Amino acid sequence: MKKLLSLLPLCAAIGIGIAGWWGLNPNRDPGAIPSVLIDKPVPVFELSDVAGTGTPGLATQDLLMSQEPILVNVFASWCLPCRAEHAVLARMVREEDLNLVGINYKDKPATAAKWLAELGNPYSRIGSDQTGRAGIEWGISGVPETFIVGPGGKVIFRHVGPISSDAALAKIRGALAVARKDKP
Amino acid sequence: MIPELGQFALTLALITAVVQGVLPIWGASLNNALWMRSATSTASLQFVLIAIAFGALMRSFVVSDFTVLNVVENSNSLKPMLFKVAGTWGSHEGSLLLWTLILALFGAAVAVLGRNIPTGLKARTLSVQAWISIGFLSFMLFTSNPFDRVFPAPLDGNDLNPLLQDVGLAMHPPLLYIGYVGFSIVFSFAVAALIEGRVDPAWARWVRPWTLAAWVALTGGIALGSWWAYYELGWGGWWFWDPVENVSFMPWLLGTALLHSAIVTEKRGAFKSWTILLAILTFSLSLLGTFIVRSGLLTSVHAFAVDPERGIYILGLLTVSIGGSLTLYAARVHKMEPGGLFAPISREGGLLLNNLLLTLATATVLFGTLYPLFLEGLTGDKISVGPPFFNTSFIPIMLPLVLIMGIGPFLSWKRADLAGIISRLKWVILIAGISALVVWYIQTKGPALAVIAMAIAVWLLLATLREWSSRIRLGQVELTESLDRLRRVPRAAHGMTMAHAGLAVCMFGFVGSSAWKSEEVLFVQPGKLVQIAGFDVTFEGVEQVQGPNYTASVGKLSVMRNGRPVTILRPERRSYPVAQSQTTEAAIRSTPAGDLYASITEPVNQEIEGQWTLRILYEPLVGFVWFGSLMLVFGGLLSLSDRRLRVGAPKRKARSASLPIAAE
Amino acid sequence: MIRILLVLGLFATAASAVEPDEILSDPTLEARARVISANLRCVVCQNEPIDTSNAGVARDLRLLVRERLVAGDTDKQVFDYVVARYGDYVLFKPPWKSTTYALWLTPIAFAIFGMLSILLILRRSSREFTIVEALSPEEEAQLSELEKRKKDRDI
Repeated sequence: MKKLLSLLPLCAAIGIGIAGWWGLNPNRDPGAIPSVLIDKPVPVFELSDVAGTGTPGLATQDLLMSQEPILVNVFASWCLPCRAEHAVLARMVREEDLNLVGINYKDKPATAAKWLAELGNPYSRIGSDQTGRAGIEWGISGVPETFIVGPGGKVIFRHVGPISSDAALAKIRGALAVARKDKP
Repeated sequence: MIPELGQFALTLALITAVVQGVLPIWGASLNNALWMRSATSTASLQFVLIAIAFGALMRSFVVSDFTVLNVVENSNSLKPMLFKVAGTWGSHEGSLLLWTLILALFGAAVAVLGRNIPTGLKARTLSVQAWISIGFLSFMLFTSNPFDRVFPAPLDGNDLNPLLQDVGLAMHPPLLYIGYVGFSIVFSFAVAALIEGRVDPAWARWVRPWTLAAWVALTGGIALGSWWAYYELGWGGWWFWDPVENVSFMPWLLGTALLHSAIVTEKRGAFKSWTILLAILTFSLSLLGTFIVRSGLLTSVHAFAVDPERGIYILGLLTVSIGGSLTLYAARVHKMEPGGLFAPISREGGLLLNNLLLTLATATVLFGTLYPLFLEGLTGDKISVGPPFFNTSFIPIMLPLVLIMGIGPFLSWKRADLAGIISRLKWVILIAGISALVVWYIQTKGPALAVIAMAIAVWLLLATLREWSSRIRLGQVELTESLDRLRRVPRAAHGMTMAHAGLAVCMFGFVGSSAWKSEEVLFVQPGKLVQIAGFDVTFEGVEQVQGPNYTASVGKLSVMRNGRPVTILRPERRSYPVAQSQTTEAAIRSTPAGDLYASITEPVNQEIEGQWTLRILYEPLVGFVWFGSLMLVFGGLLSLSDRRLRVGAPKRKARSASLPIAAE
Repeated sequence: MIRILLVLGLFATAASAVEPDEILSDPTLEARARVISANLRCVVCQNEPIDTSNAGVARDLRLLVRERLVAGDTDKQVFDYVVARYGDYVLFKPPWKSTTYALWLTPIAFAIFGMLSILLILRRSSREFTIVEALSPEEEAQLSELEKRKKDRDI
């Protein structure tokens, strides 16, 4: 009994050590918070269009009907990484026949319109979220963020940060492929 | 040239540490006196070499040598000299160098001062200490070299994070590290004792001053850190149960337990295996703290250069040192014979309860801090364990501890008379009860727990003073005799009184500032009047001031009370162009009754122009937190200055030594 | 990770927190809002409550909390509203559910374990102590005499 008790501190230390070792694995981002929306229906929101773009606004309804997965991208003209990501998204839309919609987060419509005019507009719909309320409905913590909405309006994937690295792109492609296979 | 010299010294220090890690311990097993004694010189040499490296890095900071990467990243030529010096330990690499410097300092101190420690124990202790050095020196040289050069050298540096450019925070890491790292020598003593298979009261006596020194520094370091958070972060909080705060608090809690259990081992020969375990665990928690802070394992408000690869290296160090020592402990602990017997109501019994509660508190904080990691590992869920968990689990452990703290010093060794003690404390109990009613009458709002905690703090303070006055027989004998007794009572006993009273004083601050705080937040323009806690505060306006490496908007607030001027508060909003960040310098008017605390910021809503966001807080009794912490530190120092504890000091005063040694 | 967090600079510009234009005119509702926002963790700024955080999202959430309160939500409904969007992560007080039973119960288990071991130690020690220390009446008398003298001599 006493012998067993004297092993107790060692066991506790080993337990903590294993947890620490697991916690250091490079795939773990200590700051990342998993989205609660995964496998849930698209949140309820309704956003008017960004004035001056000519692209229609975005609401929950628009995400429910599609047979193909939809990429929902939260972006803003004041966000520098969005600029780099924009080129990647534009190419994907051009080459892969992808339905991309945007949520323009806390942006002045005029600046956003100018930004899109300059860089090109790959979005089929853009909702202007000037208060950031829709952002909260989607549970975002920063810009950019990208969601994949599967057929039937279920959120199936969330990516935090710009899709500019190859790794990020591969993750998005993988999730899209899964979504396409799941088509009813 | 000088940075290369520093790096060279560091390499030599590593080699010296290897010699120190092998030769003395080997000598001890062969009983070779020369090899054993070599520890004294290698430990001193190692310290000198690391001090040279540290001096070299500090010089690079002082002369702003921007060929050194670390200086570029953490300094700027415009920075005031004090913060250039403090920049030496402002980064991951520099602070690690400070860490090893203190590690070597404690080794050298034992080598030089510990003349009365048996050669074998000393040799083994210093060898173990050297192995810790080897771990950290190699970590630094291989992954975090502070002397890395940059070419071409930039014209100027990036500046240290302005929040850290503060006197309180410049001193915070050195103190904290002396505490953290100081426990290393106690750890080394424990491992050496396990290797020897022998622990006796003399061992506890050699170990206690080092424990006390580390504890004093850690107390000061933690207090300084929370004081800094209080006045620098601009919202008047001083403790948030953040992981990084917790990892400095856990060694403190367990170190406090160690301090008390070592007394039992020293005076009565009991709790031996427990004291050894505490010595190992206290330093293990310091190491765990270093690991958590530097690996970025948990998210914390306290930013540090985090890097998972460095984390892996430290985890390896932890595995060897903690795993090794605890394995040794499990293998050897049965060989220790149990110590003195005692009745449940006795000094030993009291200290046992003290140790139980402190260990429980540590275990709870540790579990709560790591639980999110465990859960994420097992299920992938992410949760937060914040102040509500720690307050509900920690406070119920601490309040009984404080209750028995009042009685503890009255208990005699082996067997004590509880009823007699209680009857001697009946006035104290009565006054504590009355004070609860008074507090309740004055402060009708706020939680009931605050009232209870206040009464318990009053109880601790008065019971401690009662014990002290009975020790010198104040009022029972003539004053001259009392004064004579005052002189003759060992300083360690005075130290205990001071520290216990200090905790009571701290509690007034804890309770007052968390239960009865008031706050006003509003937009102000010149002429605006705010009323808070009986003060009339008028915002007079803001002027621009140029600092050495910042520009500041200084607000002027005139404070009146009952129509009479009290003071002028000048909160600042500073802007540091090089570091591209801003800091808030709160203006605080401190009195024993409470702090009036003001800070200004620009309104977040940019449409609001010509106004400032003014935040005024009244924090009752918060000054007691710092004053009580000072008392804890001085109590520890007083105890440390006790002749009987001073390392190597002969027992000169036969008279004081013949006094019953009670209550430290 | 390069992206613009909705923070004006993380820890480096602490001290913003709740702003005057957010404060509700009803002091009871405002007090509830402060308590709620002190217990909601900001999702972008490491380990801070939204009450003291200067992140944009924290401000939005503070406003949202107040809106819900004005609309008549209970505190629990407000917490649930935020949790439905951001998960349990935002609660500084972990909820009582299957994943956290261990968190809340373990401290109690620690305490029981500690109490039991202390009881065992004390019982054994005091039993052996009474055997060793049992004195004959004469010895008792001698002892008390000695103790009395000792008390007179010093402290």
